Amino acid sequence: MIRTHVLVCGGTGCTSSGSVKIHDALVEEIAKKGLEEEVKVVGTGCFGLCALGPVVIVYPEGTFYSCVTAEDVPEIVEEHFLKGRPVQRLVYHETKAADGATTSLSETSFYKKQKRIALRNCGVINPENIDEYIAMDGYQALGKVLTEMTPDDVIQTILDSGLRGRGGGGFPTGLKWKFASGNRGNVQKYVACNADEGDPGAFMDRSILEGDPHAVLEAMAIAGYAIGADRGFIYVRAEYPIAINRLEVAIKQAREYGLLGNDIFGTGFNFDIELRFGAGAFVCGEETALMTSIEGNRGEPRPRPPFPAVKGLFGQPTVLNNVETYANSPQIILKGADWFTSMGTEKSKGTKVFALGGKITNTGLVEVPMGTTLREVIEEIGGGIPNGKQFKAAQTGGPSGGCIPASLIDTPIDYDNLLAIGSMMGSGGLIVMDEDTCMVDLARFFLDFTVDESCGKCTPCRIGTRRLLEILDKIIAGNGEMEDLDRLEELSNYIKSASLCGLGQTAPNPVLSTLRYFRDEYIAHIVDKKCPAGVCKSLLQYTIDPDKCKGCTLCARKCPVNAISGTVKQPHVIDTAKCIKCGACMDSCKFKAIYKA
Amino acid sequence: MKKNLTTVMFRGTKAQEEQLIEVIDKHRGMPGALMPVLQQAQDIYGYLPIEVQKIIAERMGISLEEVFGVSTFYSQFVLNPKGEIAIAVCLGTACYVKGSGEILDKITEILGLPSGSTTPDGKYSLEATRCIGACGLAPVLTINNEVYGRLGKADVAGILEKYK
Repeated sequence: MIRTHVLVCGGTGCTSSGSVKIHDALVEEIAKKGLEEEVKVVGTGCFGLCALGPVVIVYPEGTFYSCVTAEDVPEIVEEHFLKGRPVQRLVYHETKAADGATTSLSETSFYKKQKRIALRNCGVINPENIDEYIAMDGYQALGKVLTEMTPDDVIQTILDSGLRGRGGGGFPTGLKWKFASGNRGNVQKYVACNADEGDPGAFMDRSILEGDPHAVLEAMAIAGYAIGADRGFIYVRAEYPIAINRLEVAIKQAREYGLLGNDIFGTGFNFDIELRFGAGAFVCGEETALMTSIEGNRGEPRPRPPFPAVKGLFGQPTVLNNVETYANSPQIILKGADWFTSMGTEKSKGTKVFALGGKITNTGLVEVPMGTTLREVIEEIGGGIPNGKQFKAAQTGGPSGGCIPASLIDTPIDYDNLLAIGSMMGSGGLIVMDEDTCMVDLARFFLDFTVDESCGKCTPCRIGTRRLLEILDKIIAGNGEMEDLDRLEELSNYIKSASLCGLGQTAPNPVLSTLRYFRDEYIAHIVDKKCPAGVCKSLLQYTIDPDKCKGCTLCARKCPVNAISGTVKQPHVIDTAKCIKCGACMDSCKFKAIYKA
Repeated sequence: MKKNLTTVMFRGTKAQEEQLIEVIDKHRGMPGALMPVLQQAQDIYGYLPIEVQKIIAERMGISLEEVFGVSTFYSQFVLNPKGEIAIAVCLGTACYVKGSGEILDKITEILGLPSGSTTPDGKYSLEATRCIGACGLAPVLTINNEVYGRLGKADVAGILEKYK
């Protein structure tokens, strides 16, 4: 009789910090103590609180162990599983009551404001076992549409739910399905899933694929029924080995159970899914480029129209949705459009998953109802900014998005609000920045990315982004002039209006939004030749504080260009003409006497 | 994406070539076969030298230009063999704002190896990667798939020391 379930996170974050070793050590140690009949170890998908990884949760009591190492395992097994005393030093402090008892994880500030629909099974079930998905109502929605609903009913339900594309664009999903639904049964059609999560710093889709792959398969089959397609493709990044593996396992199991393949549920409906691997091209997140890539070519976008619903993959009508969009749809079918519209704002229904990263305490994955404010996400769920620093801005939408400054932290997050303030929802990357981040350097970082990732097909994007980058480089090097700011704006607007696809049309956003909210920082770089955040090397000066310097000579010995002079026990001086700004002196100083400004 | 041709000599074996031919023949007739073929060719050889791309072009009956066009388009396809000690520094946004750029510079400084290249003896390679998804551990680097996280630039020398 199993009395205890031990859930070990097997998401990419925890795997990177050694959760596989912990899983194996638990199994071994439990066997050693002869507890294998009583304690069961389950590998799951991401719990979301990646900052505390590797994470282990013990049920039924719900003990949440954080930052576990393989060396802790014997103690956990001996003390907790054998003697019933949770190892207090590893228990996450927020789940510890004053008397040492365990409090519910759902009451912690990280989870309290979350509402999990797309992530509902992540960290709950074993993603490599189809029975666990079925036990959580899995494949019921598919059964329902095949036996009780017409394809048009399905499309109407998705339309009524107001579900919008979670990959960034926010196009109504039901409308997409409707456009592709004509002429069912007479033409070859395809259902495709965009799992080419290219936004650096975003990992929502990967976590869903790793934690709940069947939800995506089920939703694709539902979409196939709705539009009259019998084949699906999942285009997934080759950089996601764990996600690929779990998808392969899931597809195999679904075929064995007759949930993919021919005559599903005995209804005569056929649907099967094939995996295709992306090879690391950001532009392939754009729908037409993705299809060109599946066709085996350079992933260059095609002009629209014709839209994929008319002429998509291999020239046939195709519905393409993002992973998170699919993960929402079986729940909408089961619980109804009204249930879904009860959450969110007027034009953005349901929830959104965000990957919280950067200068924030609780790095990880969160799912909140649309309309939650940025302040709630950052300060309450995210636990605020570490090291007593000040929140400066949040960046959403990755290289296509923009910054949200501290003054707008109370903005309710939804598609339209974010667009109005010059950013965008994007796929869900949410990078938090503090006072140490230079906004000019950040704009440069994203431009560097888009220049590299521009496919080169259209001129405004290929050449325009490079010119933008050159101007930013010039400003960062301390050679900027005020006219450069006008040039940046003018060129940005040309690129936005003249580029062929979404990559080029949004590439100038990081520049425009930092110019809009942090113009003074650009001016500081240009006029004062200073980087207020102390990031841009050419504009920095290292100085020794004579009051703090003890004259230990360590910095002078570390300096690779002999730019520091002084006698023993006397304050030293840096010759700024010789200094190459490597920072070696500052790193070596034991008295914190060297500062940069 | 800009890619440099390799300076390391091609050392492909007969067995590898047979494996490659088998892969190509298996994909015959499949629509969009070039990408999967290149991916599996890279699994076989570890990278895609021009010699391998020539075999693929000839056997698949397409031009070398087309193969080269695809292999240079995607960042996952590498034209330089990875070093015995393959170092990759994540330059995803989460890592970047936490200082991974400095870490990359530090490695370049210590090894004298610019990002995106391999030492001619094939010992070390260094690359800047896109987000590897370990944002909770930012900034991170990987050496031969071993992940090192929560780094400062002072940690770099110690880590490299282990692989001397």
